Amino acid sequence: MAAYFTLFISAVVVNNYVLTRFLGLCIFFGVSKNLNASVGMGMAVTSVITMSSILAWVVYHFVLIPFNLTFLKTVVFVLLIASFVQLLETVIKKQAPALYNMWGIYLLLIATNCIVLAVPILNADSNFNFLQSVVNAIGSGLGFAMAIILMASLREKLRLADVPKPLEGLGVAFILAGMLALAFLGFSGMISI
Amino acid sequence: MKNLWNIFKKGLIAENPIFVLALSLCPALATTSTAVNGFTMGLCVLFVITCNNTVVSIIKNFVNPKVRVPVYITCIATIVTVVELVMQAYAPLLYKQLGIYLSLVVVFAIILARAETFASKNPVIPSFFDGLGMGCGFTLALVIIGMIRELFGSGTIFGIHVFGASYNPALIMILPPGGFILIGYLVAVVKVYNQHMEKIKMKQLEKANGGEA
Repeated sequence: MAAYFTLFISAVVVNNYVLTRFLGLCIFFGVSKNLNASVGMGMAVTSVITMSSILAWVVYHFVLIPFNLTFLKTVVFVLLIASFVQLLETVIKKQAPALYNMWGIYLLLIATNCIVLAVPILNADSNFNFLQSVVNAIGSGLGFAMAIILMASLREKLRLADVPKPLEGLGVAFILAGMLALAFLGFSGMISI
Repeated sequence: MKNLWNIFKKGLIAENPIFVLALSLCPALATTSTAVNGFTMGLCVLFVITCNNTVVSIIKNFVNPKVRVPVYITCIATIVTVVELVMQAYAPLLYKQLGIYLSLVVVFAIILARAETFASKNPVIPSFFDGLGMGCGFTLALVIIGMIRELFGSGTIFGIHVFGASYNPALIMILPPGGFILIGYLVAVVKVYNQHMEKIKMKQLEKANGGEA
């Protein structure tokens, strides 16, 4: 039990996927202009990562390993995730229009995204068992959500600040992310895995 | 010929994939702790984007528009797998250092974006040059970032000592925060440069128009 808890904490803060492994930066900078959108995005990413990790684990362990096709995992995972997200979008649109209005538009954005593909690949590379994969997926999703919500709150405050002209927009956003990463550096070494 | 040069050139600075379009930022930070890593990553992406642009522009007439994105992704993933296997066989050390980011080339937004916005609408040769230009711009950006980070972070460029033994390396540049902050400033520099070039162009246009009037 303690091992799973360690894994979870490590995925959320110590090895935060956005700020220490640089994954999912495109949406991290693209969506964090707005706090509400960031909350929606965080939720969408967490659920998609978790579900696609489960799917990828099943396919990897019951199809790719028995047939000795592990070198195809990149192709298979990418197609699996893209088609799964497309399916999810169609189902939600039909079954839960309210939910679709809330975060439907983010779904397609994350269909081909680094963080969503990276978690299943890392799970496969580190030979995680089923439960470990799920815990790692939920942790990394929540870590992403935390980072993007923090970033969005900071950027909303920043709107009032007087930023030098060339740094406006993307430039200052990067520097802000650097400061956040600096803060997260404080967690490193807390858990060694 | 001049047209092809223009297609190639715009990827270098005016539409640099990293500093201006801000696509595919993950590798720009994750694989640039040394110049060599950045260069290798850049070359991989250069290869993948050029091949993919060519393939997409050849097959564009046979693909149903409704399924085009999955088809493009399959193309990219196949090319990336080839690169991965070759790297694993001939450069195992670099393969290990690039690690997961090599597989993640599949989902770099820049590659899919070029396939979608350029290669699917243009003939083979311009698409090839577009891929080449974007790939070179990408490599250039990665090498610049890698060189600066390596220079301050460990006092070397491409592994050669520059500052001598007495230099005390600023470790922060190799760690994630240094990468973020450096890219922030580089984005600002490229923005100022592009605005400057635009101003010069506008002035020339005004002069030309004035001369005619």
